[in-house]
Amino acid sequence: MTRLAHRKDVLWVAALVHRLSGLALAIFLPLHFLALGLAIRGEARLETFLRWSDAPLVKLAEGGLVFLLLLHMLGGLRLLVLENLDWRNGQKQLATIAAAVSAVIAFIFLARVF
Amino acid sequence: MSARAEARLWLVQRASAAVLALCVAVHLATMIVAVRGGLSAADLLGRTRGSMLWASFYGVFVIAVAIHAAIGVRNVLAEWSRLNERHSGILATIFGSCLLVLGLRAVAAVVL
Repeated sequence: MTRLAHRKDVLWVAALVHRLSGLALAIFLPLHFLALGLAIRGEARLETFLRWSDAPLVKLAEGGLVFLLLLHMLGGLRLLVLENLDWRNGQKQLATIAAAVSAVIAFIFLARVF
Repeated sequence: MSARAEARLWLVQRASAAVLALCVAVHLATMIVAVRGGLSAADLLGRTRGSMLWASFYGVFVIAVAIHAAIGVRNVLAEWSRLNERHSGILATIFGSCLLVLGLRAVAAVVL
């Protein structure tokens, strides 16, 4: 067993994904708030931004953000359950299900937005 | 930082996470329903302007996310960067404060 063998563990990957998705969301949030804040200068400013966001690449990026948000939320819920309910069984399966559910909902979002 | 203060931060991050889980679920469900056929400013603002319910909901959402993200960023900086705990805390507090101001400004923009 090497020193880095734990990095192949599903739960280690889940912890890394939780942290990286949180960082990505922390970077995105100020931009999201600035975009919504355009409405202060009138509906037309917000509408101009929303028409720009109709571009396919922007919609794909939005789908990616929905995926990250769900990954972070479901990963966080798993941690809350683990810490508060002393529920130790099936954590690897729960982490995998969280990723799968995130992907499915992100696809539903993309299907509706396109 | 004392163990007691660390424990308090841990508790606040978990409490804010519980609030955020509910807020994110409502936000995502609203988005998935509203996004069909593309978003328009008129639709979005028509739903939120003058609504005390959306103002309260998004107000709580922004406060919880500013607290949660600031504590998360502090932990990442303290563990992954060369900054010490004190400097990580200062930077994270500045980040959280900016998030709070920008977020509340965005809420005001869509509900007032």
